[in-house]
Amino acid sequence: MSVSVAFEKARAEGRAALVGYLPAGFPSVAEGIAAVKAMIESGVDLVEIGLPYSDPVMDGPVIQRATEQALAGGVRTRDVLHTVEAVSGAGVPVLIMSYWNPIEKYGVDAFARDLAAAGGAGLITPDLIPDEAQEWLAASDAHKLDRIFLVSPSSTDERIAMTVAHCRGFVYATAVMGVTGARDSTSSAAPTLVSRVKAAAGSLPVGVGLGVRSGAQAAEVGAYADGVIVGSALVSALADGGLPALRTLTQDLRSGLTP
Amino acid sequence: MLPDDRGHFGPYGGRFVPEALIAALDELDAHYRKAMADPEFTGEFERMLRDYAGTPSLLYDATHLSAHVGGARILLKREDLNHTGAHKVRNVLGQALLTKRMGKGRVIAETGAGQHGVASATAAAYLDLECVVYMGEVDTKRQALNVARMKMLGATVIPVTTGSRTLKDAINEALRDWVTNVDDTHYLLGTAAGPHPFPAMVRDFVRGIGVEARAQCLALTGTLPDAVAACVGGGSNAIGIFHAFVPDADVRLYGFEAGGDGIETGKHAASITGGSHGVLHGSRSYLLQDDDGQTIESHSISAGLDYPSVGPEHAWLHDQGRARYQPVTDAEAMDAFALLCRTEGIIPAIESAHALAGALRVIPALREELGHEPTVIVNLSGRGDKDMHTAGEYFGLFDSGEVIG
Repeated sequence: MSVSVAFEKARAEGRAALVGYLPAGFPSVAEGIAAVKAMIESGVDLVEIGLPYSDPVMDGPVIQRATEQALAGGVRTRDVLHTVEAVSGAGVPVLIMSYWNPIEKYGVDAFARDLAAAGGAGLITPDLIPDEAQEWLAASDAHKLDRIFLVSPSSTDERIAMTVAHCRGFVYATAVMGVTGARDSTSSAAPTLVSRVKAAAGSLPVGVGLGVRSGAQAAEVGAYADGVIVGSALVSALADGGLPALRTLTQDLRSGLTP
Repeated sequence: MLPDDRGHFGPYGGRFVPEALIAALDELDAHYRKAMADPEFTGEFERMLRDYAGTPSLLYDATHLSAHVGGARILLKREDLNHTGAHKVRNVLGQALLTKRMGKGRVIAETGAGQHGVASATAAAYLDLECVVYMGEVDTKRQALNVARMKMLGATVIPVTTGSRTLKDAINEALRDWVTNVDDTHYLLGTAAGPHPFPAMVRDFVRGIGVEARAQCLALTGTLPDAVAACVGGGSNAIGIFHAFVPDADVRLYGFEAGGDGIETGKHAASITGGSHGVLHGSRSYLLQDDDGQTIESHSISAGLDYPSVGPEHAWLHDQGRARYQPVTDAEAMDAFALLCRTEGIIPAIESAHALAGALRVIPALREELGHEPTVIVNLSGRGDKDMHTAGEYFGLFDSGEVIG
């Protein structure tokens, strides 16, 4: 199921899509699957499953700790694919978000094949730029997967245009210069970045990530973006309050987006 | 001329970093290319190297060592005599000067045992830059003296408490700082690795080692050496001495990686001989990883070689067969360490002792192959004062019960 389904549904309802991130294997593979299902039941339109990695340079402390715990618990790449398979029938598209080395080690085409077979929609690649992505471009075409690259406030217009041209599904706009993590105020750079991206993206949806932690913030971002991406706040909720807290936050985020 | 304009050495190198850093890397690349073509910059860099760092370093004809070993003429490139005691001063002065030129006022650096941190703090003090050094928490405790040195020089040292709390996590944390503060901050990376343009830029700042050694060898012996040997962790001292010799097809290049307890034990830092292809810290190279591509912790008695990957140009030189890479165990390195102390009165860095140990190992076969006594240059990349705690424990020099701190 392509992620465009989620954006079309949200658009039809006159709102932005809610994109929720959780790492696979946190706190365990089975509990991680249950958490993703709870998130879906509570209103996310699109799921990102994080592939835990030993050297997560884009992540702040919350996601670092969660993925460290997942790795210490022995999570493997195949467990991440299993997680996708276990949740992909729940009615919303499922993406994997992964640093590049685990994909390259698995074999780029083999990973694309197995992700497609598991019912996954595609891949978000935080440390792979289109300039280095020849193998992934071919594999995602061959296996009909979405590919989501990132743009940032520091990207030039030329790079935004080039990156957008290689995206399929949506464009991931990192709203602040920095690592993942919930922030009290969302970035003022985000609206500017989104309008720059939209100028290049045409009808391709633009999702904004990094910093959102409440329904009110989600409403703010949802006013100018097609998708509101939430990660660290959901991971914190799950870590500190288990499934009840995860459900409560997801519902709050979703209600912030409901017109 | 490698790398290509996007930083590739064959299949290696490149840029595997968040898009947020691309603009800064492009800016750095543009400034570095312009600076290297600007006599004002290169002249000032040369002046600093000469008047402040004390280069060119000597090429020392190690007659006592050679006589003891027999069958070879061993020349030592005395980078240990540079200011701050290692080849690293060349890289930090180059990058710090470039930072000034870019109009940035802050540098950040990663450090393992503290050598690159001390060098960075030195350059920052000299050129009046704010300096923040990321250091694994485990290492700040093991290397309290170097932490004090950095603080004395005016740097801020931030202990890193994530991941394995060692060098690779210090690099991760420095990258996180950089992506957040890239407008006013330069990441003063300590080795010839990382995303383009770092591998090429660091090489160009340290390649004077080989340029000097080549000229000095010709002046001293009338010919080029038969072989050049260096230790390889990230690989900056090795690429620094190799680079000028790469076109000299008859000069054999040997890179000696940290074999730790032995490749077969899995406890080593030999990325080329004991690792596989992958991507870490922004470039594609060889690295130590498990079946899922998770980085494996490296092990070496030498903190400066204790890194689970290697610069991309070494990966390329290896695949081309232009340089040969072999592991040297902790025990072999420490034997060579002791030998140089006793024969020449030179205490080398344990890193550099790996280069000497490897050279001693290959000399007999080299002599047989050439049919004459080979001339071998060994890059003595650093001095060993910093290693006396490790050496003292290894050789049992401390009285039992004595507290060393």
